[in-house]
Amino acid sequence: MAETLSRSQNPRERLAFVLVWGAAAVVTATFCWLLGDILWHGLSRLSWTFLTAPPESAGRRGGIGPILVSTFLILGVCLAVSLPIGVGTAILLAEFTSDQGLFGRMTRRSLDVLAGVPSIVFGLFGNAFFCKMLGLGFSILSGGLTLACMVLPILIRSTEEGFRAVPANYRISAAALGLSRTTTLVHLLLPAAVPGLLVGLVLGVGRAIAETAALIFTSGYVDRMPESLLDSGRALSIHIFDLSMNVSGGDANAYGSALVLVVLLLLINGAASWLATYGLHRKIATI
Amino acid sequence: MTSLHSNTLFHWSTDDFLCWFLRGLAGVAGTIVILIVTFLIMEALPVLQGIGLLRFFTDPSWHPAEGFYNLTPMLWGTVFAMAGSVLIATPLGILSAVFCHYYAPVSLGKLYRRLIELLAGIPSVVYGFWGLVVLVPMIGEIHPPGQSLLAGILILTIMILPTIALMADASLANVPQQYLRGAAALGLPRWATIRGVVFPAAKSGLFTGVILETGRAIGETMAILMVCGNVVQTPSSLFDPIRTLTANIALEMAYALGDHRAALFVSGLVLMAMIVALAIAAEWISRGRIYG
Repeated sequence: MAETLSRSQNPRERLAFVLVWGAAAVVTATFCWLLGDILWHGLSRLSWTFLTAPPESAGRRGGIGPILVSTFLILGVCLAVSLPIGVGTAILLAEFTSDQGLFGRMTRRSLDVLAGVPSIVFGLFGNAFFCKMLGLGFSILSGGLTLACMVLPILIRSTEEGFRAVPANYRISAAALGLSRTTTLVHLLLPAAVPGLLVGLVLGVGRAIAETAALIFTSGYVDRMPESLLDSGRALSIHIFDLSMNVSGGDANAYGSALVLVVLLLLINGAASWLATYGLHRKIATI
Repeated sequence: MTSLHSNTLFHWSTDDFLCWFLRGLAGVAGTIVILIVTFLIMEALPVLQGIGLLRFFTDPSWHPAEGFYNLTPMLWGTVFAMAGSVLIATPLGILSAVFCHYYAPVSLGKLYRRLIELLAGIPSVVYGFWGLVVLVPMIGEIHPPGQSLLAGILILTIMILPTIALMADASLANVPQQYLRGAAALGLPRWATIRGVVFPAAKSGLFTGVILETGRAIGETMAILMVCGNVVQTPSSLFDPIRTLTANIALEMAYALGDHRAALFVSGLVLMAMIVALAIAAEWISRGRIYG
């Protein structure tokens, strides 16, 4: 089909051909430009010392050691809170409610809206609720909790899809054997749904680690090594923002940090798409 | 699903406990949105009661220190940046999806899709940084100062393009094969098939994609903050610096107190209202789930 059509003499067809290929070329070129630029300037900064040393003179020199630690701590808090809530909600939506039920519908609707809430609004909310009202102040804990609210919709959606991908036979056979729903869930459905859960987890981590706006007013700017979860800690994305906007001469280290962040995210996204294409099918086929 | 209540009391109560436990967790997840809106309203209430909603649109300017709270310049900034980027990103994104499905050889199409997925994963602060060090100086050479509405539109375009491209890609994949075979049997050339058969069949998915990308464009903060110059003014040309609602919150929240802080929460409420309106529109168009 392709050969006969591309030789078509119709001018409108030719124009469309040029436009479509042109659009693809523009997008590819922009992407290569962006990634090439970050790679070119960032690679020269990258070294083991850069990854472990503390920043000096507001980040112009030195490394990003404490910042990486803060980033992972924020991520840890975020996952510790969002995983149980997210998986529980996904199980409820996929296994214990009908699609027409009021509770399920309301929960779904509210998650739809939550997924669209701008990150800066999460920041406002986190500042008002976690920092001020619960008295956590600017801390890693506040930042992680704010991010947990933010990644919930992604986490719930993929986990729910994982559960829905488990064949109905499993549930019917288990019911025929007289297994309780709890047993069915723990021993049959949960293991079979693990790949979907992992995809959700990885996507959530990706969103959380990329986030900046929600963290400025919740986890704060302090670039010292955090001593507890109640300390303020600067996430990697905020470090990039601060270096490029507020610190003159910080561009070199900003490039280095941006490269670290992009590489982290590429690894995370690679893991997600690998799990989605291979993990999901294989696991269910061979259980 | 059929009722699976087992007849022994023990099993029934474990299941019952589990179900209520899960409901509790889902309740927490479901109430976050309500909590967010409640807190925005609570924090915004002092200034809303004090000066009223109308003054946010009729005050002479945005000078919170002197008690002037006009949000309209920032609202225009948000709307212009959003409109510009949606106008550019929509055709590019849809053509990208068409490229993947109908023009590129299979392997190239796969590669291109992977590239779009990667693009979707790059954090906004990296886009902003790249815009600041590469794009802004280039625009500055054409027309100083460089930090401008145009820079914002271009960066936003790159950022929201993956959203529309991936949505369009998914909805093109759902077009039934027999439509395409029918078109081929009629001898329709490629573009005529796409325009006359594929687009109408995938219409609702494409619209949902546009709405999702609009939501992203409205809510984006960091990249816009870094490249737009952040001058509070209604732009009169593409090269004017602007400040959006989101950037305004990010910039002033650090030192805002009292009514000023409350005013920022009002702009948060305005953003929420825009997002909810979009969510309703998306629901109306697709009649399906849109989160994620």
